[in-house]
Amino acid sequence: MYKVSNARMLVDKIYAMDVEAPRVVAHCQPGQFVIVKVDEQGERIPLTICDYDRTKGTVTLVYQTVGTTTFKLSELKDGDELCDITGPLGRPSDLIDTPVADLKKMNILFVAGGVGAAPVYPQAKWLKEHGVDCDVILGSKTKDLLIMEKKLAEVSNLYVTTDDGSYGFNGMVTAQLEDLVEKQGKKYDLCVAIGPMIMMKFTALTTKKYGIKTVVSMNPIMVDGTGMCGGCRLHVGDEVKFACVDGPEFDGHLINFDEAMKRSQMYKTLEGRALLKLQEGDTHHGGCGECGEDA
Amino acid sequence: MDNMKKVPVREQDPKVRATNFEEVCYGYNKEEAMAEAERCLHCKNAKCMGGCPVSINIPDFIQAVKEGDFEKAYHIIGEDSSLPAICGRVCPQETQCEQLCIKGIKGEAVSIGKLERFVADWALEHDIKPATAKAKKGKKVAVIGSGPSGLTCAGDLAKMGYDVTVFEALHKYGGVLVYGIPEFRLPKDKVVAKEVKKVEELGVKFEKNVIVGKSLTVDQLMYDEGFDAVFIGSGAGLPMFMGIPGESANGCFSANEYLTRNNLMKAFREDYDTPIIAGQKVAVVGGGNVAMDAARTALRLGAEVHIVYRRSETELPARAEEVEHAKQEGIDFQLLTNPVEILTNDEDHVVGIRCIRMELGEPDDSGRRRPVPVEGSEFDIEVDTVIMALGTTPNPLIPSTTEGLEMNRKKCIVADDFTGLTSKAGVFAGGDAVTGAATVILAMGAGKSAAKGIDEYLSNK
Repeated sequence: MYKVSNARMLVDKIYAMDVEAPRVVAHCQPGQFVIVKVDEQGERIPLTICDYDRTKGTVTLVYQTVGTTTFKLSELKDGDELCDITGPLGRPSDLIDTPVADLKKMNILFVAGGVGAAPVYPQAKWLKEHGVDCDVILGSKTKDLLIMEKKLAEVSNLYVTTDDGSYGFNGMVTAQLEDLVEKQGKKYDLCVAIGPMIMMKFTALTTKKYGIKTVVSMNPIMVDGTGMCGGCRLHVGDEVKFACVDGPEFDGHLINFDEAMKRSQMYKTLEGRALLKLQEGDTHHGGCGECGEDA
Repeated sequence: MDNMKKVPVREQDPKVRATNFEEVCYGYNKEEAMAEAERCLHCKNAKCMGGCPVSINIPDFIQAVKEGDFEKAYHIIGEDSSLPAICGRVCPQETQCEQLCIKGIKGEAVSIGKLERFVADWALEHDIKPATAKAKKGKKVAVIGSGPSGLTCAGDLAKMGYDVTVFEALHKYGGVLVYGIPEFRLPKDKVVAKEVKKVEELGVKFEKNVIVGKSLTVDQLMYDEGFDAVFIGSGAGLPMFMGIPGESANGCFSANEYLTRNNLMKAFREDYDTPIIAGQKVAVVGGGNVAMDAARTALRLGAEVHIVYRRSETELPARAEEVEHAKQEGIDFQLLTNPVEILTNDEDHVVGIRCIRMELGEPDDSGRRRPVPVEGSEFDIEVDTVIMALGTTPNPLIPSTTEGLEMNRKKCIVADDFTGLTSKAGVFAGGDAVTGAATVILAMGAGKSAAKGIDEYLSNK
């Protein structure tokens, strides 16, 4: 059913694949996500939609291998099938409900960190298709981990930065942002930041300083993705919101990032053990230091 | 044997079952079922039938059991219920059919539920096919949700000859029967999957991973995909929290999440990937069936479990049998107790729950005496996990994307009691999406009424 094609490694630990999912593709919009389950025993994990082809009926998923499921995903080859994919989930980006004439008057900045480049791409592409210009800061730890540079360059004014200075601007995305605003005199009305939680937190702190309205995309722990489990709840100001139905995009200046980061660590130990077990196969005997059998 | 007492049903020993997910109740065997059937008086004016939301012909099916004709008994039940193996397990018979049984006036009521379960299990074991439609109607109906209301509605419509497709949001069919009710009360492969297959054998088509309101809308089902009518049986919705400090801490879950991880995702099994934080010491807040299910699941995962409920034992909304089972298994009940704060450590993980004792005051809107806090009675229970089983609020996905669908004050879909018709032409609804969280059998009753309503609507169209 959900056939995989174009499965590829982009850089170390970051992979992409196209998945045949006509029901998802028929109505998906930039900003939305899917839930994927690799096999019968697999878990349900949310993944952002990087691109979609309405004629072919395929969605492009980009993901980083962090746990068992993403590791299993990375082993799929062209022609293999996903057990389950469902969506599109979450609310589309507010941009697509904003009149194009208004968008054209706005200075829009995207900040993409690491694998966050994937969900930024469909938004920037959508703007380009509607004749709206935007700036994108694309950041990664080092040159070898940079993804989607070419694709983003086609749809935006791209500023590349690496934490170690191995390519492009030398520094974190926040340093690039400060440089654009303070040294290059850029003015922005809206910033959309997507990436690791810590990056979004500091981007939001930086934009707050400049009074730039900021939207972030949250990717917390989820099970069903339809509002049923409440695992993805987070504080936005004083309110508790469910990222799956109320989000995933929220006001970056109202999100309680510290709480969200702690919640995202909840299953870390369990996940680590499960991944070790999968990778070590028959040679696995605990690996957690608890079984006393570590050779 | 004492004719005034039920033939006892065999159950797994509480100490043993507290450590496994095997079914608690073994059910009757042939001899036991026939002996229990003998107790039925076969009343002419059978009061029990009035207590059944789907009006199963109880005296006749029990008569067939008495005669040892289990296939006939199955078909008699099948006229009114598509899911007998499920109802025989999870219906609150003690407040429905069995409560009205004449036998129950002087002694114990006939064990109607256990007999239904016996007949249904026998039919599943012998793969008895349900009776299918004789003629096709040539009209298409979409059923949203494969829970009890959707399955019932779909089954009934298929029997009438409609071309029915069920759309399910999750990756498995059964709705709450799969994600909510645990294995030890309702086996998934042995019972739910087989009952779903029976509905499939009636000619119903199933499509998984379709979230109506997201993957497509109700209007698109009708105008783009050509369905003549739509039944919404999308279920209860979003879990409620108390709004007390500490609820965002790690180790605090909704019962929905805890149960979904364990039941749908099978986190209790080594060979499945989904993790669950089982907890060593668990507090479950709430007193309904979902609270009992969460508590007994945590117990089986190895925890010491406390149920915290703000009213007294008589007000516990859970089925008597579930409360009894929970107690037998060693779950501690902290009644007339309400949480005021979840205590956390520096890493924001749950380390306890601060509660206050309650006493019952004047009756409230629900007619039950309102619990009021006893000043100065706060105390702490040391726990590492808190599970909130407080009920749900309706899911907004369908209402927010369907124009012309009227909601009530509680944001449930407004539907006619007898036909399930909503404010939108051709759209019917039933189950928890209409009533808010209720029981499996009430949802089935609503699915059944809606099937009749849809038939009437399409016949006149």
